[in-house]
This record gives sequence, structure tokens and C-alpha cells, in this order.
Amino acid sequence: MSAAISVRDVTKVYVEGPNEIPVLHGVDFDVEQGEVVLLMGPSGSGKTTLLSIMGCILRATSGSVQVAGREVANLPERELPGVRLKNIGFIFQGFNLFPTLTVGENVELALDLKGIRGSKAKDESRRLLEQVGLAAKYDAFPSDLSGGQKQRVAVARALSGSPGVILADEPTAALDSHSGRNVMEMMRDLAHKHGRGVVVVTHDSRVLEFGDRIVHMEDGRIAEPVAEAAA
Amino acid sequence: MPPLAQRNLIHDKVRLAVTLTGIVFAVVLIVVEMGLFLGFTVTTSSIIDKSGVDFWIVSKHTPYIEQGAAFSERKLYQVLATPGVASADKYIVRFAQWKTPNGGEQSVQVVGFNPYTGIGGPWNVVQGNVEDLKTPDAVMVDKLYAKKLGVTRVGEIFEIDGRRARVVGFTNGIRAFTTTPYVFTSFKNAQAFARLQADQTLFILVKAVPGTDKAALQSELETRVRDVDVLTASKFSSMTRIYWMFTTGAGVAVLIAALLGLVVGVVVVAQTIYATTMDHIREYGTLKAMGAPNSYIYRVIITQAGIAAVAGYALAMFVSFFVVRASRTGGAAIFLPWQMAVGIFFLTLLMCTTAAVVSINKVTSLDPAMVFRG
Repeated sequence: MSAAISVRDVTKVYVEGPNEIPVLHGVDFDVEQGEVVLLMGPSGSGKTTLLSIMGCILRATSGSVQVAGREVANLPERELPGVRLKNIGFIFQGFNLFPTLTVGENVELALDLKGIRGSKAKDESRRLLEQVGLAAKYDAFPSDLSGGQKQRVAVARALSGSPGVILADEPTAALDSHSGRNVMEMMRDLAHKHGRGVVVVTHDSRVLEFGDRIVHMEDGRIAEPVAEAAA
Repeated sequence: MPPLAQRNLIHDKVRLAVTLTGIVFAVVLIVVEMGLFLGFTVTTSSIIDKSGVDFWIVSKHTPYIEQGAAFSERKLYQVLATPGVASADKYIVRFAQWKTPNGGEQSVQVVGFNPYTGIGGPWNVVQGNVEDLKTPDAVMVDKLYAKKLGVTRVGEIFEIDGRRARVVGFTNGIRAFTTTPYVFTSFKNAQAFARLQADQTLFILVKAVPGTDKAALQSELETRVRDVDVLTASKFSSMTRIYWMFTTGAGVAVLIAALLGLVVGVVVVAQTIYATTMDHIREYGTLKAMGAPNSYIYRVIITQAGIAAVAGYALAMFVSFFVVRASRTGGAAIFLPWQMAVGIFFLTLLMCTTAAVVSINKVTSLDPAMVFRG
């Protein structure tokens, strides 16, 4: 397996007025294609900051970040959206669907950003929704869906344009156990059957069985040793 | 692009109603003020513009039509003797006092013209005809001012400056900027009403022989006829317009009101579009996190503003149609020619897109990492 994302000696320091707040301290971390990595740790340990840096949403203060083999740590700001679009799919805790668009249009919007439009976008949108078992909800609005269904739409949206990496922030936090399992099974399939690298930031101990690796973070560092998941 | 802009706009019906109300209010205000300005401008010089002559001969340094000073009518013969002159007529526009049936007095502007040629005479005659003005004491007034003058029908007798005046007909829609009604009559009657001497006139209206070099004719008239100004009709028209609209400050006040309408419109629309953007700020953050460039989000916001502009403009024009129609029977005319309507459409688009810039600035500084914060 080759690394979908590779992070080396990354630090992150937030500056608030005269104060400097270090959040990450020399983190090394790889995500391989075809694996599900669970990133766990207490609140404030730096999980979400690391996820944001891997997703090219935040810039590291120092260190190296490679996405699909390309160094992105020193890329100019204007090039980062392009890296995200091409390589990374996001799944958020609060689903972050567009409430005024239908389920189908939500997926089409993500495809539109990637230059896929018209009937091709509609066909692709239907195919992705079928993949997550929601083809029948194509014309429904997010407000008509359950939490689990919303997250499945978010998964379909994240898959648009076939990114190599899926980054998920607490994807099961707002779901019941059945829906949570359902979503995690989907994540596992994305990694194992479709060869994507999947990183899941979570506090949810119910999802441990779905991770190929569990990485614990504490005080801005990867806690040693890295545990192998049960599954 | 999926219809995000349209849906965001119509999602909150109350906010949409507020946005459209703001645009309609601003556009109708602009239409009314600009229309009034245009209406006033046209009205100030309508007598000159409708005369259809090439030159107005006026006493020296006459600044506008209401300020005509008397000069000898013998100059008429000097004008008529000038090669290239097809016709020349004496003409009067002067204030006088009209006595209403209840004993009150009302200022009027007596317009005296040659009823045999009809040059400088009334237009839009809706009752009676211009030939009726050949008879002694005959006058014609406008229906807009009939009530003000106490006129109810043709044949009624009134007094102008103590002299008998008999209404022989009505015009419709000939407004006076000063709200002092025009009273059309023959030159002879006007001389009496305006208390001019028998050999005096205020203006001479000149028509050139078709094909004549008008600049050369103007120069020739200036040489032959002394102590007067020879003005082209368009020059005298613009002098009159500029005097009333700018020298008096009346037009400036209307223009400032139109500008205020625009500013109020921009502020109201900016506020509502900003509020709509803030409602959807998390979605814009999501779009940025997904990799949408700023330009994509700008397009959504600008499209939203554009749709609001088109819908608001359409509604505003609907309202303006009735306002303009109602003004036809009022004291002040609101003009809305199609060129102005088109101009205001682009002004509305500009107003809404300018308003959207405020929101765009907010989105530009948006941190996509916000999507990971609860």
C-alpha cells in the first residue's frame, strides 16, 4: 500500500494576540490507501487540527504534508482548494447538507465543483446515491431524511469525483447506533473495496471495530504505541 | 450549477418579501424622482418645443421664456424682409390675473399667437378648435386647470386683468411648470390682456425657408434686426430648462431626492442580502471546505442579487405604471420613457450587485475550518 496522505514532523501554533498556543508538536502520520484509520483522543488533543491540515483546510506551522504524493505544505493559499477538490472528500459531524437543495442536487453541487455537469452529473449523482442506498430519495429535501440518511447523502457527496482520501469528523456523533454502524460499514467498504484512504476522527467507542488502525492523540502528539484494531 | 442561489433566495419567504420591498421602494422612488425631473424639464420649455419654428427673436438678454420684454413690432417687418425667412409671427407669453367666478384671482400665463397660421398655438385641443380663437375675447384653457380657474364649460365668461375673456375650447395635458395655467388666445387679445401697447410684441417666431442655411440666416437676422437676440428654438428651450431646473435649484432638489432613493435602495438591499448570506454562511463555509474557489461562491451571491434585482424591478415597474398613470391628472407629470425604464433596469442591477459586494467581503474572509467547529 502507498500513502494517500503523509504527514511529517508537523507543528501547528495558533497565535491569539500576543499569545502563541501550540496545538501540534512534531506529528508524524500516514494514511495508506485501502485502510480505515480511527483518530481518537480527548477534546483539545489536536485531532481536528490534524484532520484540517491533512485536508488542506489549515496550514501547518512547520513540517511536511503530502497528499497523493504531492507536497502541499508550501503551496500558495489559492492552490489549496484545487488540491481539496481533486483528492479529498469530507464528511462532517453535522452533515452540512444544503437544506434548500434536494438530495440529488446536493450531490450534483459537489460534482459541479469538479466540472461534472448536466446529464452526466445527474447520472453520476443517481449512481452515488444508489451506492449509499438512497436512490429513491433523489428528489427529497434533507429535512425529510433521518440523521442516518443525511449522513449517507454526505458520504455520497464526499465520493463525488472519486477522491483518494475521505476525511470524516465525528460522522456517527449525531446518529443512533444502528445508523452509526451503517455509516461505518460504508466507510470500511470505501477503504477495503474501493481502495480509498479513510480517516475518521471520533470519540465514539462503538465504531472501534471498523478501524484498521486506531491512532490516539494526546496533547498534540501521537500517543505511542499505535494500536492495531480488533477487526 | 444546481439552483443554490434561487433556492437560498426563496427559502425564507419573509426575507424575500423584505428584500423585494426594499428594491421596489428604491426603484419606485427613483422612477418618481427621475420622472418628475424629466416631466418638469419637458414642461418648462413645452411652449418653445411645440412651436415648431426655427428661431425665437427675443429682447436682448432674455434668460427664459417667462422673462420676455416688450419691443417694437416693427422689427417683424425687418425679419420678414430677410431672405430665407418663410414666415414670422408676433408672439406673447406673459403673466396676467384671471378672475374666478367666486371673486378670487388666479395668476395665468397668457399665450398670444397668430390664429391664422396657428404657429405657437395650443396642441391637444379636445374641445373647440384653434380657429375659434380668431374671435374677440376668445380664450382656450387646459382641462387640468379648469377647476382651478373655475371653468366648467365652453362659453363661460371670465375676466383677465379686467377684460372680458370667453372660453371657446379646452386643451388636455398642457402643463405649466410654474403651475400658473396657460391661457391661449389671439395675439391681439393677448396684447390687451397683458396690457402691452398696440405696437409691441414680446417675441417673434421665425420659420426658415426649407433648405436654407440656418446658421447663415441666424447671422443675417442678427445683423438686420438690432437690439434683440436671435436664438434657435433649441437654444432658447435649453436656456429655459436650465434656468428652471438648475438656476432656481428646483431640478437639483429632485435629482438629490433621486440619488437618495438610490442610496436608500443600496442600503436596504445590502442589508437584506447580507442577512441572507449570513443565514447561509455555514453552507458557504462547507463549499469552501469542499474546495469551491471564492469565485464560485461570489457567483452564487451575485446570482442571488441579480434575481432579486430582476424580480424587484418587474414589481417596481408594475407599481410605477400606476403612479405614472395617476400623475397624468395631477399637477406634476411623471414621465417614464422607455429609455429611462431601460436605464433604471441597469441601475437596479448595479444597485443590487453593489449591495452584494458587502456580503462577498464577508465570505472572502470566511475560514473553511469553521465546518469542523460544532
